[in-house]
Amino acid sequence: MGMLLDATPLRPIYGPAPVAPVITGSNAFDWVKRQALVSGGTETDWASLMLAVRDKQDRNAFAQLFRHFAPRVKAFLMKAGSDAATAEECAQDVMATLWQKSHLYDPARASVATWVFTIARNRRIDMARKARRPEPEAVLWGPDEEPDQADVYQADQETKRLSAALADLPEKQRALIKRAFYGDLSHSEIAAETGLPLGTIKSRIRLALDRLRQKMT
Amino acid sequence: MTIRHHLSNPLLMAYAAGNLSEAFGLVVATHISLCDECRARLETFEAVGGAVVDSADTVAMADGSLESVLARLGPQDAAPAPRKRGFFPAPLADYVGGDLAAVHWRPLGMGVRQAILPTARGASARLLYIPAGQAVPDHGHRGTELTLVLQGAFRDESDRFGVGDVEIATEDLEHTPVAEAGMDCICLAATDAPLRFRAMLPRLLQPIFRI
Repeated sequence: MGMLLDATPLRPIYGPAPVAPVITGSNAFDWVKRQALVSGGTETDWASLMLAVRDKQDRNAFAQLFRHFAPRVKAFLMKAGSDAATAEECAQDVMATLWQKSHLYDPARASVATWVFTIARNRRIDMARKARRPEPEAVLWGPDEEPDQADVYQADQETKRLSAALADLPEKQRALIKRAFYGDLSHSEIAAETGLPLGTIKSRIRLALDRLRQKMT
Repeated sequence: MTIRHHLSNPLLMAYAAGNLSEAFGLVVATHISLCDECRARLETFEAVGGAVVDSADTVAMADGSLESVLARLGPQDAAPAPRKRGFFPAPLADYVGGDLAAVHWRPLGMGVRQAILPTARGASARLLYIPAGQAVPDHGHRGTELTLVLQGAFRDESDRFGVGDVEIATEDLEHTPVAEAGMDCICLAATDAPLRFRAMLPRLLQPIFRI
């Protein structure tokens, strides 16, 4: 077990980031797997499965992601107003997009659940209206660069904590947030405060973006 | 560029949820292309969407669903080459169909020009060109108006807005934006209701100019 202790410690949210060695895609994959072992390892580690899809075209990893996420995407689309047949078809499309556009997955900024959500959301918009869907300019890692190892592991953990925080909200507040994400609320109906602890997530994404910008210049 | 006026949380959350009009979505996407602070907030709201999906109920997929998706998995897309930066951020360049030279300006009088961008009904987006020192006729709004500065700066009764800043003007704001001296001001503006001019003449011209 001595080897496991060599893994870079998770860095604090605030303060200077430690200098991380440049790692390749497959190193990042192994590192995430080690972290999953360190943290107990009984829960499925979506990030390393997604990196296996992205970096190794691993169809078994894809099948595991499909079994977990496709039924949730289908439920999400039905809550957002789709009938069962349309939701089935779209959930399949969403999962196929997860494979095809895996280069857009940035584990330093989004958990797999978050990334699946954005694909499902885009599919829902395209289905609901013929209008175009303006997207921000992409900020992505180059082919020879990788995000900090510590960041890769955090986004999935944060989604777990955020899901727990969501479950702890008073029923009325939780229902409002869900309705917003099912596309039921306009911006003038959305409350400015969610009641969710989002500060640390924002700080971490901001740091990841700052590092990306440094690499790009 | 120091951005002082950012997008509001409700706008970012509605965009993250995929429930913002196309015209407002264009302003949001363009601002985020310039502002990592709002990009981080947007991605935080997307993380909330991720938690909503993560903690959602499940509905079983049809028999053979996984096999049929596995059967159609082809080669993955390659990462695109980084795009060369022009005057317009990428989402706006897509709507204009090119950079600044590709804009089809229409004169509004007093040197002010506009170009309506093609978006779905319900809200409208346009580029505004205001010569340095020139005022845009004062107007109120029935709905919300978003104005993003792309070049120069303007001031109104509420504050100063420079490159990258967004003004979120609600129903109660009657304002007279004036472009600062020194440089012509170019803005991207979107409204979810027609503007309401106080003076008679612009009001008569409104249907003609579609502002």
